[in-house]
Amino acid sequence: MTNEEILAKLQEAFPDVALRVQTEETKDFTLIVPAERLVDVATHLRDHLGFDYLSNVTSVDYPDRFEVVYHLFSMKRGGGVLTLKVHLPDKEHPVVDSVTPIWPGANYQEREVYDLMGISFRNHPDLRRIMLWDGFPGHPLRKDFENRTYTYKELEPTRPKPPNW
Amino acid sequence: MLKTETITVNMGPQHPSTHGVFRMILTLNGETIVDLKPMFGYLHRGLEKTSESRTYLQAVPFTDRLDYICSMSNNFAYAVAVEKLAGIEVPLRAEYIRVIMAELTRLVNHMLAVGFLFNDLGAWYTPVVYAFRERERILDLFEMASGSRMMCNYIRPGGVSADLPADFLPLLRKMIPHLENFVREIRFYLSDNEIFRARAIGVGFLPADVAVAYSITGPVLRASGVKYDVRKAEPYSIYDQFEFDVPTQVAGDVYARYLQRLDEMDESLKILRQAVERIPDGEYATKVPSRLRPPKGEAYARIEAPKGELGFYLVSDGSPNPYRWRNRPPSLINLSALREMCLGHKVADVVTILGSIDITLADVDR
Repeated sequence: MTNEEILAKLQEAFPDVALRVQTEETKDFTLIVPAERLVDVATHLRDHLGFDYLSNVTSVDYPDRFEVVYHLFSMKRGGGVLTLKVHLPDKEHPVVDSVTPIWPGANYQEREVYDLMGISFRNHPDLRRIMLWDGFPGHPLRKDFENRTYTYKELEPTRPKPPNW
Repeated sequence: MLKTETITVNMGPQHPSTHGVFRMILTLNGETIVDLKPMFGYLHRGLEKTSESRTYLQAVPFTDRLDYICSMSNNFAYAVAVEKLAGIEVPLRAEYIRVIMAELTRLVNHMLAVGFLFNDLGAWYTPVVYAFRERERILDLFEMASGSRMMCNYIRPGGVSADLPADFLPLLRKMIPHLENFVREIRFYLSDNEIFRARAIGVGFLPADVAVAYSITGPVLRASGVKYDVRKAEPYSIYDQFEFDVPTQVAGDVYARYLQRLDEMDESLKILRQAVERIPDGEYATKVPSRLRPPKGEAYARIEAPKGELGFYLVSDGSPNPYRWRNRPPSLINLSALREMCLGHKVADVVTILGSIDITLADVDR
C-alpha cells in the first residue's frame, strides 16, 4: 500500500477530520492528526489498514507546542514507517488520549513521555513516572529544564523514603 | 474452602538473576504469581537529554553505553539514523564492514543470552564460561578493528572510524567454522538436557497476537511464530544483497526462544560467510565534518539489533546539536509483556522467563 493510498483511505473513512501531511522537514511519511480524533484514526489504522505494530512513541518540545510522535509499521505487510503526529499547543497542561488500549506496547513509552516530558495521557491504565522517582522536580526533556548538575543535597529531600519507595 | 491470602514480594533491585538493577513487585498466591509489576529507573542516566547538548558525533559513544553487550549494533543504528537525516552516502566497503560487525555482535549477544539463561536455571556458570570463551575471540576481533573490546565507538555516521587491519579478515575466515562448531556443540550438549526441557518447555508462553500487540520484537517475537525481521521487512544498509532465512518457532515458550537464538546464530554465520567472501576494497568512510549540521528536519531509522528493533528518532534544527535525540530501546519494550508471560507460573519461573527475554538494564533505563 503506497502512502497516497493510505491517505486516500483515511480521508474516505474520516471525511470530517482535517488530516494534514507534513511534507517538509521530514524524511518519513508524516500525518498530523487533530488530538481529539487520534484514537479513532489509530483504531482505524490498526483494524482496517494493517498497522498492527506501534514501534515508537515519543514527544518533542517546540517553542510553540508539544508534539507527540507515533511511528507505525505493519508486521503483516512489512515496509516503511507511517508517522502520526499530534500537536498540543497548550504548553501549560498538555493532555492527549492514550493509545495503550489500542496497542498495549505503548504503555511504558507513554509513561516515559509523561515522566520526562510532562505530557499526560487520558485513559492510560497506569500513568506513573517510570525512570525518575515521584517528586522529582520538573521534566528533564523539556527545553526549559535547567540542564546542570544537581547535587545530592538538592535532590535527596525529593526522593521517596521507605516504606514508600 | 480454605481461605488463602496473597502476599507481596519484592524481587530486586539487587538480585543476581535480574541481570542488573531491575525490580519486580510480585503478588503471590502460595508460590503462584497473580500479579507482577516491574519497576525501572535505577540505571537512568539521562542519555537523551545529555545528547541534546553534544554534537552528532559526540553522541556516538553514548550509544555504546545503551546496550553494552551489543555496542556495535547501537553505533550502527545511530549511524543509519544520522545518515538518513543528513543524507550521507556510505561507501560499499564500509557497509560490508558494518554488516560483519553487526552480525558478530548478534553472535556475541545470543551466546551470552543462551549462557545466562542456563545461569538463571541453576547451571551455575558452566555454560556461560564456554560462551564467554567464544565471546572473547570475537571481542579480540573488535579490539583489532576499533581498539576497544566493549565500548567500540567504531561505526560512525559516514562509515567506520578506521579500516580493518590486514589480519582481520583471514582471522575471521578461520573463525567462522569454529563458531559454527560452537553452535553445534551447544545444541548437542544443552538442547536435550532433561532438566532444561522440564524447566523451559511450556513456561512463559507468549501467543503471537499478544506479542504483536505489545510491540515485542526480535527473537522473542519470532519464537512466537511471527516472521518479522527488519532486515527483510525494510532492508537497511546492504542486507538485501545477502541470502539468509528468518527462522521462526511455533511454541513461543522459553525453550522456543532458546532454539530461536541458536537458529539466528546459524543465519548470522551464513551472512558472515558471504560478507567475508564479497567484501570489496575501497574507502572505509565518507568525510563527515566533526560539527555536522544536518538540514532542518527529522528522521526515524531502525535496525534489527540482536535484542529486537533498535530505532533512533532524531530532530535537527540546523544547528550542530540535535534538537531531539530519541532512542527506541528494544529491552524496555520487550519487557512490557513480562507480566503476561509470568502470570500463573511459579516464582522460580520468573527468573527463567526474564532470562529468556534477554534484557540489558542499561538499555532499559538509559
